[in-house]
Amino acid sequence: MSFDPVFTFGTIAAAAMIGVGITHALDRNSLEIPQRVAVGQLVMLRPGSFDHPQPGEFLKESRPVAAPIVQETIDAQLEIMKFQVSVSDYGRCVADGVCKLADARSKIGNVPVTGVSHIDAEAYATWLSASTGEAWRLPTDVEWAYAAGERFRADIDGGESDANNPARRWLAQYRTEAALARKPDPQPRAQGAFGTNSKGLADIAGNVWEWTSTCYSHVTIGSDGKRAASSIDNCGVHAVEGFHRTYMSNFIRDGKSGGCAVGTPPDNLGFRLVRDRPGLVQAALRRLGLS
Amino acid sequence: MLTRREALLGSVLTAAAVATITAMPAAASAKEVAGLPREKVTLVAPPFVHAHDQVAKGGPKVVEFTMTIEEKPMVIDADGTQLNAMTYNGSIPGPLMVVHQDDYIELTLINPETNTLAHNIDFHAATGALGGGGLTLINPGEQVTLRFKATRTGTFVYHCAPGGAMIPWHVVSGMSGAVMVLPREGLKDDKGKPVRYDHIYYIGENDFYIPRDEQGNFKKYESPGDNYDDTVKVMRGLIPTHVVFNGKAGSLTGDNAMKAKVGETVLIVHSQANRDTRPHLIGGHGDFVWEQGKFANPPAKDLETWFIRGGSAGAALYTFLQPGIYAYVNHNLIEAVELGATAHFTVDGKWDDDLMMQLEAPKAIAS
Repeated sequence: MSFDPVFTFGTIAAAAMIGVGITHALDRNSLEIPQRVAVGQLVMLRPGSFDHPQPGEFLKESRPVAAPIVQETIDAQLEIMKFQVSVSDYGRCVADGVCKLADARSKIGNVPVTGVSHIDAEAYATWLSASTGEAWRLPTDVEWAYAAGERFRADIDGGESDANNPARRWLAQYRTEAALARKPDPQPRAQGAFGTNSKGLADIAGNVWEWTSTCYSHVTIGSDGKRAASSIDNCGVHAVEGFHRTYMSNFIRDGKSGGCAVGTPPDNLGFRLVRDRPGLVQAALRRLGLS
Repeated sequence: MLTRREALLGSVLTAAAVATITAMPAAASAKEVAGLPREKVTLVAPPFVHAHDQVAKGGPKVVEFTMTIEEKPMVIDADGTQLNAMTYNGSIPGPLMVVHQDDYIELTLINPETNTLAHNIDFHAATGALGGGGLTLINPGEQVTLRFKATRTGTFVYHCAPGGAMIPWHVVSGMSGAVMVLPREGLKDDKGKPVRYDHIYYIGENDFYIPRDEQGNFKKYESPGDNYDDTVKVMRGLIPTHVVFNGKAGSLTGDNAMKAKVGETVLIVHSQANRDTRPHLIGGHGDFVWEQGKFANPPAKDLETWFIRGGSAGAALYTFLQPGIYAYVNHNLIEAVELGATAHFTVDGKWDDDLMMQLEAPKAIAS
């Protein structure tokens, strides 16, 4: 895993504009789209490559195996929120009538919003994009892992299945999870309370798990042991990331009710977003007033 | 004027108890009992059970137990929700006491000065004096010793019953446990053939009723007395906020999961002092189940789910045939998953393909 130098800067928020008659009809032709909402600080990560245990469940010769580790590449600068979306950030989308009220455990403004589903997170990204004229979206599993750096933890995995005894894998996974001895920690804390990782992102792997745009999938691995020979995706379920990577149905707002019978459920569900930079062509067209 | 302590004590039973104590004649067989061998047992916290013989050695004896009542706040779920617990010996449920038929249970019950309430104990296994409740009411700073004869075999609930409105409140604050009276010759299957267990686990199921504040969050209280009014209001709705095994959601999972090996036989004693429940072992069965818990009746065979009536304890015997993780739940699955009544077994051993195998792993539907 590489650790690229990072630089962080704050996006200037036009605080005065917040909550003042935000409209959805933005003038996308305008070169100077006003910053109508606060998006907080962004972390800019340089491109790079890293080894990454793949998300999903993997079968090889019809038997479950550990997730293959594949070298992934982030090939353009990744712009990602330094902090998780806060209660007050999310509240603006609610006030605007776009987002549904969260089942937040904490109502304090500078605390990460929790009690939000994948659907809620998507709605916020759409709203933020419309409000800012920028392209905001949930990170993919690969992007999240890249940004999480040393704090990334993949699925808690029972390793390769014993052909003669499938229970060994279940027991191994159960015991690995128990040995992590993570105590429930349900009360969200102020942004930054869980510190900053080597890449400059705050609160990675704290007590708020984050939604990603990566669908849950069943993958059959080919003869090379790494590459997918076939896969079936289920985009009604997405990867969530934090202390560990797990999978939740899109409509779940409280990780506890989404957890399987034997497993560590996320304490809370929240999210942070990435910003796509407009392509060079698009930027050029904008400059010419053609798009 | 009544002090709060006196008010909480339940005055009717206090008077009754005092009257009974003075009027109680000495047991006719006191001399005989005095001559019996005595055994002192140190109780252990559930789900574990103190060491005991399954088949009695020798004749009846007097088995001495001591329990100290502890009032203390206990956390009952992953969110840190607090119960102002009242406990026998510091655990919810109180410990399982095992004796044989015709043995005498001699319990010394201690209510330390640090407690705030009067307590007692009603043994469903005992005969007379409200199950012993009428002879055991003690204030903080007192102790009492009760002896009763284990005349009937089976698993039986014990609980606190200090009079009137105090009774359900003490029970749903954690004050219950169980006694197991084994037949002297041990357990027998439906055909009268002896059966033995390699492990015994005691699961006490509790329904809790924690009041909420205006925001819907569970409230915390300084002391048991402070929560009484609010708690009774929730209790009267009859919908528990928590239904848990051994005092806390998740108390028998992870590192605390119960353990067994393939081929081993486990006896699961399950008590519920207040409310009906329906245990189910996911992926297993009840080979022999004493649903009502009374060993004089032949066990039911091959049950999928069994029914434990509120105010009773049952026992289920099962020999594990397949390794893996088993969930032991109250099969009202809302109570199991949302309210907390889930425990786990981890079972090591050899997989049996004859019993089950995955013939085809998940794959795309053939077109």
